[in-house]
Amino acid sequence: MTAVPISWFLTLSAVLFVLGVAGFLFRRSVITVFMSIELMLNAVNLSFVTFSYQLKEVNGHLFAFFVMVVAAAEAAVGLAIILTVFKNRGTLNIDDVDSMKN
Amino acid sequence: MDVILFLIFAVIAVVCAINVVVQTHPISSAISLVGVMGSLAVLYLLLGAEFIAAAQVIVYAGAIMVLFVFVIMLLNAGAESKRGRSFMAQLLGAPLLIALLGLLAYFVQRLFPRSVAVHFGGFTHGTPLDIGRALFTTYLLPFEVTSVLILIAILGAIVLARKEMD
Amino acid sequence: MDSFIVISLIKTVVVFAALLGTLLYLQWVERKVLAHIQVRPGPYRVGPHGLLQPIADVIKLMTKEDLIPPYVNRPLYLAAPFIAMTMALLPISVIPFGPTIEVAGYRTWMQLTDLNIGVLFVLAVSSMGVYGIALAGWSSNNKYALLGGLRSSAQMISYELPLSLAIAAPLLISNTLSLRKLVESQEGGILHWNVLHGPFPQILSCLIFLIAGFAETNRVPFDLPEAENELVAGFHVEYSSMKFASFFMSEYANMITVSSMATVLFLGGWVAPWPAKYGSSLVPAILFAGAGAVALYHGMHPGRRRDRLTLPVFGAAFLVIAAVFLLPVVQQWLLPLFWFCAKTGLVLFTFMWVRGTLPRLRYDQLMGFTWKFLFPVAVANLLVTGFLIAWFS
Repeated sequence: MTAVPISWFLTLSAVLFVLGVAGFLFRRSVITVFMSIELMLNAVNLSFVTFSYQLKEVNGHLFAFFVMVVAAAEAAVGLAIILTVFKNRGTLNIDDVDSMKN
Repeated sequence: MDVILFLIFAVIAVVCAINVVVQTHPISSAISLVGVMGSLAVLYLLLGAEFIAAAQVIVYAGAIMVLFVFVIMLLNAGAESKRGRSFMAQLLGAPLLIALLGLLAYFVQRLFPRSVAVHFGGFTHGTPLDIGRALFTTYLLPFEVTSVLILIAILGAIVLARKEMD
Repeated sequence: MDSFIVISLIKTVVVFAALLGTLLYLQWVERKVLAHIQVRPGPYRVGPHGLLQPIADVIKLMTKEDLIPPYVNRPLYLAAPFIAMTMALLPISVIPFGPTIEVAGYRTWMQLTDLNIGVLFVLAVSSMGVYGIALAGWSSNNKYALLGGLRSSAQMISYELPLSLAIAAPLLISNTLSLRKLVESQEGGILHWNVLHGPFPQILSCLIFLIAGFAETNRVPFDLPEAENELVAGFHVEYSSMKFASFFMSEYANMITVSSMATVLFLGGWVAPWPAKYGSSLVPAILFAGAGAVALYHGMHPGRRRDRLTLPVFGAAFLVIAAVFLLPVVQQWLLPLFWFCAKTGLVLFTFMWVRGTLPRLRYDQLMGFTWKFLFPVAVANLLVTGFLIAWFS
């Protein structure tokens, strides 16, 4: 057996996605939450490219490419927001940025 | 041979991903995320996606993560404090996440039987030529829209990062 | 199948031995060139004309105390020079040195591997090289190192943009990303090289590529982040002995990569300036014979007593090399290799020439230069190239 079954790639994508969700829900530092979002996006990219292999079309690669571009734009703006929040609040803990609560 | 390559880089990817979630200092998480992206780039090469593998390293690992590393170094906030972590949330959340993973893995195994298998060289239409052709014919509108999106992101980042003019 | 593995192993050993030897002696060449620009002899005493100076430097660096300060972040501190060195040495594996050759019955390329996405591979590896410097600055736990590392990384990622756009313009002419096919599309003489080819000679792209290459490799006039008199030598201030040497070597290896890419993209790789049937095969022999004659002539009335022995020996060695270039059995692979090395050497000499001539740019001048001038010019160049190619095809 020198070929890898496709379900293995999709399982790996699921594992990475669930790890990203775990990081997003359980971590308190804003930057680590953001990095877990990037991990989820990477897992989804792997799925897209795997399905593109299965269907023998290049469209999945194009979707992965657009996901990368959107992730880049989102990272730029998100990090600028994080910098501004840090400048105003002095903390990166998301529990402390709750002035809109109640 | 392909199975060995897949197993090595899948294990590296999962170990680095666990590291991202578990490490306390953000810089260790960032370096582990770069490791995840590198091993995913090798997996893309196995799937015949050569342009996407190169774009992953150039754009994701080489630009976006450098931005993350810069921000972490500039803010210098230190390791994450343990205050505020809800043990009840982790107690309820972890089994639910494992259940989600089990469900996804089960359905993946059922829907995709072992007939379709990935081997190196099975998909040869991931070249920059094919990507370029599809990008400028079928996907021309999304391409132009993403260029506007990037312009908006640049303007947003500049507006957020400049000093207030009194 | 296993002849492929054996040939690849032999090629790897040969290429890396040549690369490491070149790295060592590139430092000697730089010191000699800078010295002669400044009208002084340069390294002269350690061996004939200072030729053993790099070996003395290596011995010095290896025997220095390898100090790891206790306040550094150890995993990142130890990993940073490793990352910098790996990413600096990787691109040489895709650079083509010559055409297909036949040695002892086996046909092989004069290149370690030819990727379909060769240009993207080199760009990807140079993007990852930023991590070596950023992590070195961070892990040293020292505010000067951190500032130097951040400045250097910001400079490198800012100059990657005009670099990529300057690379994209000749790709429009050659229509391929594989480095071997890039050179093969420039065959036929100097008018087919990408720098003078087609509807829009890529002179502007070559200049933008070289300027961005100066900044990518942290060389003068863009070397503010790592100059010795600025910020206490920048990001490598807490490193000693072999780790410092590896940052040094990675800078020279990056210089070799940028020069080889300039040769392959713009100057035609291993292609001779005019076809061999008009006599371009005799050029290396004439050049070396001329060098040998000059050395022998000066050896007869040397200015310094030590040169009474060394100059005639060099003259004889150059004449022997000139004779080797005339043997037809080695001309098949030696001539393309000579042209490639000559062009790369010319670009490397330009790096050193600029170092000896131009002053350093201040950091805000350097960043303003790329974002306000070089990037718009690179975009405009790409637009004009694309428009002219579409018009004339």
